[in-house]
Amino acid sequence: MSSPIDVDDKSAPTTRRRFLKGGTAVASGALLGAGAAAGAETNNLPPGIPEWMKAPGEPTGGQLYGAPSPFEEGVVKNISKTLKQYISASSRTPLQELDGIITPNGLFYERHHGGVPTIDPAQHRLMLHGLVERPLIFTIDDLRRFPSESRIHFLECSGNPGYTKPYGKTASDLVGLVSCAEWTGVSLKLVLQEAGLKPEAKWVVAEGADAAALTRSIPIEKCLEDAMLVYSQNGERLRPQQGYPLRLFLPGFEGNMSVKWLRRLHVTAEPVYSREETSKYTDLLPDGTAREFSFYMEAKSIITRPSGGQRLSAPGFHEVTGIAWSGHGKIARVEVSVDDGRNWQDARLQEPVLTRALTRFRLPWQWDGKPAVIQSRAIDETGYVQPTLAELLAVRGENYFYHNNAIWPWRIAADGEVTNALA
Amino acid sequence: MRLREMCGIALAIVLCACGSGAQAQSPYGIGRPATPAEIAGWNIDIGRDGSNLPKGRGSVSRGREVFAEQCASCHGEKGEGGLGDRLAGGQGTIGAAKPIRTVGSYWPYAPTLFDYIRRAMPQNAPQSLSDEDVYAVSAYVLNLNGLVGADATLDAKSLAAVKMPNRDRFVGDARPDVKK
Repeated sequence: MSSPIDVDDKSAPTTRRRFLKGGTAVASGALLGAGAAAGAETNNLPPGIPEWMKAPGEPTGGQLYGAPSPFEEGVVKNISKTLKQYISASSRTPLQELDGIITPNGLFYERHHGGVPTIDPAQHRLMLHGLVERPLIFTIDDLRRFPSESRIHFLECSGNPGYTKPYGKTASDLVGLVSCAEWTGVSLKLVLQEAGLKPEAKWVVAEGADAAALTRSIPIEKCLEDAMLVYSQNGERLRPQQGYPLRLFLPGFEGNMSVKWLRRLHVTAEPVYSREETSKYTDLLPDGTAREFSFYMEAKSIITRPSGGQRLSAPGFHEVTGIAWSGHGKIARVEVSVDDGRNWQDARLQEPVLTRALTRFRLPWQWDGKPAVIQSRAIDETGYVQPTLAELLAVRGENYFYHNNAIWPWRIAADGEVTNALA
Repeated sequence: MRLREMCGIALAIVLCACGSGAQAQSPYGIGRPATPAEIAGWNIDIGRDGSNLPKGRGSVSRGREVFAEQCASCHGEKGEGGLGDRLAGGQGTIGAAKPIRTVGSYWPYAPTLFDYIRRAMPQNAPQSLSDEDVYAVSAYVLNLNGLVGADATLDAKSLAAVKMPNRDRFVGDARPDVKK
């Protein structure tokens, strides 16, 4: 018996081979002009009659939970194949393949610290205790009885990307640890009020029901501002990878603090100083001091098209588009340069522009076919301007590791190939 | 329940509601009380000062045995790292160009070691070690870093008393740190 890793391509089912062949355009990241080649051998193009019009299609209800077209099978999460282990690891959203601001649930980035637990919601409980008048235990059904709310927010891993080479090739490689969704749940403030906070309550320690029992301390101000206990994402119940059946959500804060599989909230007078908030998720400066409790994700943007790994088919019109976001509020402006940073112009922002959410920007562009460097920079409603990598490195050094929100330029070669300009 | 008791409870609820406003009663009446036993079973948080550390004690020598069985396959026999993080050494490198972050060189509080080992280690069977063995492994890791002697036995009090070398090197978040 041959090794399962040593798969012979000829053994793949015929349909799968056909789809793979048809989906080459997506898998290779070619941007434009792939359609003509795909249909060249058939009579599907004008003036012919496409084969899919000559017979009925698949029966209704053939997929009771739908899946993308097989021609999109290359649009999947991006995960390194060379990690030492996959229990505490991450997978990235293919940002360069997506439009708009909402990340499909199946493509939402993942970061787990002890694997993905399979939790029976009927046997899951949230315990709320510590500096409260009435320690309480809630079932998921209990939490769904509270007044609910839905809000659109991004979630971003704190290390997205690091500060040192090798830098990623694609937008996903670089900053694919950000995604955005509509979250539905109950305001954490309501649940805390249900238990009654004591006056000395200053922090809330959140704990997950995963094998890491991941623990982070959250300042009470954030808990009472806009924190949510979330049970649904983009209209359906959370996926296991996103904390099913219950997660904390802290808009604008580094992702690991939005504790998944939430099982306990411990109201305290000071942080618990867990391993995750001392030995990890602290930012080491060149002088050997390290910043702790650095919660916010600062303003950031990335051009997703054209971006690394893609190719412009020809000179002429191309839309430059991407995403911008800030943990401190709304995006006020996004500026784009198409001449290696000499001149900057305002991109158009797609409505809705929401607080602590991805914002889509666009700029029409005529490419003259000469080598170019394009880049975007976000300015948020506080007036903060997204910095360059050089500016960040000058202050933070290479060992800071987290919270890299640098401008990331793309180089476009004369043949249209797009690559990372800093790599 | 007798009428007098019921009247007393009703009066207490009214007084509470008047006395301290909305927080005196559950606004929605959702959820049920958590009992002390339930809280004790789930609350595994250990403060940086060692608060909530359980009874029990463990020695460096016992920790060496448990570590060899449960930890060394990922962290190395002497905590030199592998699939898992490096745990020992690196003291004095944190401000250098290539810092080596370990328990001994970077972690600010020793009780966090107990907290983390108990809740998350070993990775294939977290919360499986006895409290005594968690003390013992904590003691062994601290010994690998030269922070307790080879004959040490740690309990709640002595673990909390271990001063970690990097403790005073943590500062607040000074961002925004790039200003235009």
